[in-house]
Amino acid sequence: MRRLLILLVLLGGPLHAAVETFDFATEEQRQRYLEFAQELRCPKCQNQNLADSNAPIAEDLRLELHRLLLDGKSDEEIVDFMVTRYGEYVLYEPRLEAKTALLWGAPVLMLGVGLLVLAGIVRRARRAGVARATALSDAERRRLEELLDEDARQG
Amino acid sequence: MQRLRLFLPLIAFAVLALLLWRGLSLDPNHMPSALEDRPFPQFTARSLTGDPVSREDLLGGVALVNVWATWCPSCAAEHAYLNELARTGVTIFGLNYKDDSAAARRWIETRGDPYRLNIVDDSGRLGIDLGVTGAPETYLIDAAGIVRLRYQGPLDARVWREQFEPVIARLGADGTP
Repeated sequence: MRRLLILLVLLGGPLHAAVETFDFATEEQRQRYLEFAQELRCPKCQNQNLADSNAPIAEDLRLELHRLLLDGKSDEEIVDFMVTRYGEYVLYEPRLEAKTALLWGAPVLMLGVGLLVLAGIVRRARRAGVARATALSDAERRRLEELLDEDARQG
Repeated sequence: MQRLRLFLPLIAFAVLALLLWRGLSLDPNHMPSALEDRPFPQFTARSLTGDPVSREDLLGGVALVNVWATWCPSCAAEHAYLNELARTGVTIFGLNYKDDSAAARRWIETRGDPYRLNIVDDSGRLGIDLGVTGAPETYLIDAAGIVRLRYQGPLDARVWREQFEPVIARLGADGTP
């Protein structure tokens, strides 16, 4: 029973997206279909892509996507088709434009800020370290020499 | 400089609070139509009465294009208000979306007919060109067939007053801006 359950779970994994079966002329078209169905967002449902959603509109858009692919449309043409009808909303990966520049640039920007802060911390720690190392009192220096001598004798 | 640093957490908090406050007033379900201020798409179809219809049949004045279907409960809810609007002289075109035409004709017979004509879109293909995501949806087009407003959900007096009337007022008497 348990084995059967495990088997079912293992088999069930890759089946989630297979709602309809479409015929494609080439394997490359099938791959592009799967990619688009993953990357395009269902306009009716907030957090599902076309592949995962069973909303009627998602079903229609999968059909439309299939038709566009068979018509030999390029990736840009397909994205344009969706965006002119449903807006930027349908793209899970927004295009690089003036209004999305911050979105795309923010990670780099934040990495830069992080590096600056890190550099500041390192520089300060190093300066403090140097200051501490040079600031040995006479008593400390004598103690240090004793320890080193002791070490040398034992070694 | 040192004093400024003391205020850094406060500044960071203020910026974050402002962003989150703004986020509170955003409606995550609101989707601006990609079609607003763009022409209503070209199409050729049949009407519910069997006549050919195309985009040209919708032009000539300010009009509503109401996307509806008999399988849609909210469409039943808004139908009485559509009848009322039609009585006050608003031109309403219907787009019978992914529906059974016979059932649609029965629906109009029993509930009253607010529509100047009904476009049959049984495949939902015209719906895709319009960016329809479900029913009901209502588009306001001007005399030249430019989409001026898209509303998702059932129409009622409040929606009409708050969303549609201001846009219609801007359009002026001849239906052009």
